[in-house]
Amino acid sequence: MTTKNLKTNNLNRRDFIKAATIISGSSLLSACANFGLNKASQAPLGRVVIIGGGYAGTTAAKYIRMWSNGNIETVVIEKSSQFVSCPLSNLVLGGSKSINDLTFGYDLVKKNHGIKWVNDEVTAIDLSTKKITMKRGEITYDRLIIAPGIDFMYDKLPSLESTEAQQQVPHAWKAGWQTVNLRKQLEAMPDGGVFVMNVPKAPYRCPPGPYERACQVASYIKVSRPKSKVIVLDANAEIISKKGLFTKVFNEMYAGIIDYRPSNAVTDVEVASKTVITDFDKISADVLNIIPPQRAGKPAQMAGLNNIDKRWCEVDFLTYESKLAPNVHVIGDSVSAALPKSAHMATSQARVCASAIVELMQGKMPDSAPVFANTCYSYVNEKQAIHVANVYRYDEAKKIMVAADGGGVSSSPTDIEGDYAKAWAANIWSDVLT
Amino acid sequence: MKNDSFCFKDSCFKNWLLTLFFILVLTSVSFAITAKATEVLSSINTLSNTPHIRTLAASCAACHGTNGNAAAGNAVLAGMNANYFTTQMLAFKDGSRPATVMHHHAKGLNVDEINLLANYFSQQKRVANVAPTSQQLKANHDN
Ligand code: HEC
Repeated sequence: MTTKNLKTNNLNRRDFIKAATIISGSSLLSACANFGLNKASQAPLGRVVIIGGGYAGTTAAKYIRMWSNGNIETVVIEKSSQFVSCPLSNLVLGGSKSINDLTFGYDLVKKNHGIKWVNDEVTAIDLSTKKITMKRGEITYDRLIIAPGIDFMYDKLPSLESTEAQQQVPHAWKAGWQTVNLRKQLEAMPDGGVFVMNVPKAPYRCPPGPYERACQVASYIKVSRPKSKVIVLDANAEIISKKGLFTKVFNEMYAGIIDYRPSNAVTDVEVASKTVITDFDKISADVLNIIPPQRAGKPAQMAGLNNIDKRWCEVDFLTYESKLAPNVHVIGDSVSAALPKSAHMATSQARVCASAIVELMQGKMPDSAPVFANTCYSYVNEKQAIHVANVYRYDEAKKIMVAADGGGVSSSPTDIEGDYAKAWAANIWSDVLT
Repeated sequence: MKNDSFCFKDSCFKNWLLTLFFILVLTSVSFAITAKATEVLSSINTLSNTPHIRTLAASCAACHGTNGNAAAGNAVLAGMNANYFTTQMLAFKDGSRPATVMHHHAKGLNVDEINLLANYFSQQKRVANVAPTSQQLKANHDN
């Protein structure tokens, strides 16, 4: 590299940091042009752009930087200025955690790994020219990773489409103000009031999450609103994760509080009266929490990659490259797979993808048989947790990831697993965010 | 007859080329064999640094931290003695060490993977785990 190039690079980096700290983004467009993100990368192996700074996208960025020894320029585009963890956010409803315990900045991971960060929203993706357009600038890429999480399918529940409706009837399925809102509604519920929630038909983000939520709401009710109830309307024929454990907890720990109704999909919602309609029931709630059906996040839709049922994205499990678009990878909840849409899973997929990209950009072959671990902890009250854990292996005949023998669930909820679940959170946050 | 011995004939030239080709192949094969031997000597080291093992090892990070440098509350795997590591993993695998969750991970791995992971983690530098600091929620992004 010539001195001139080095100098430009340094200048670019400084400009970038300056730009990143500008809160009003008015100068970001020109800043992008200045640090050359709309021109070809000067990094030895090129540039990877990652859309989405959640568990998947941030992990991919960090590990690409680590495993390429900094030889791949890595740019994350994230519309939120903060990271808010979905895992543990049900504890905010139970009252043992505050949303502020689950909210973090991106500064450490950016700084420690030299990740370029653009706080902006993607408005268009042009696969033929490899160009991303944002509200305030443009970026070109050599490879693109789309890690957008989920999008709600309001066409199935049109009455919930507006922001106002979602204030009345929160989903709280993306952690943040929605979670705070639902907690406030629960706190304001009179004793004897009814909390109604649903479980969408699988697949959706975090399979055990709705059942954990029912437990968290019930644990609050048990102590603070003893005459109240939780009605759980499950679109599935049965509890779809940790079934034996949740059934026991519902029937024993929360006997008379949780009223679980399987095969009871929500078909409509009357927002003003907080009334929910299913094929069998019409129930008026004091607090109504509707988790809509889900599909791949908006950027994946913009790129036209959600080819499975118009919902999820089909990928090659060796690289997470989209089956529809070369050099474009999809990781995390948006992927179509018989894999749980969990935070740990998102990070495991992110690392397989990162590792493959580092190899591919050096002209080498990626690992031909990836293996990784996944665990989901759920809290049944403020202290006790249960897990489901599996190792997943690439099946060369089926070309998908398959659960290896030997995985399983806890035998019962325990305090010690409650502590280990906290340790899990501390470790995954540290791994993703530093 | 005489002409033949001068080797100007087409077929003879071909033979000569063929011999040269064989010499080249043999040399490169013997090179490869030597390389192979060196490779085998350090195989456990190189194998544990393959994309396969580094990705598998990194999937332990959710509970044991980046490169095994865990936050308080879980075992630090970075720099762990490889024999100790292997013994514990095999004990989780056969159930002789009671566990809350590790049996569900160890049983899904084979002995080769456990050995390579043992080597991988034993080579990781111990560094203090850094926790990100939590902050007041300000962002509005959850619709
Ligand atoms: C879901 C969290 C979780 C994941 C993922 C996980 N571990 Fe563990 N690990 C634990 C816990 C908890 C213990 C303590 C034993 C128990 O209760 O299961 C432990 C203990 C261990 C020990 C014994 C440490 C000692 O000091 O004796 C080793 C070795 C280990 N884990 C290796 C691994 C490896 C290798 C992986 C990845 C393949 C892994 N772990 C993935 C949670 C986890």
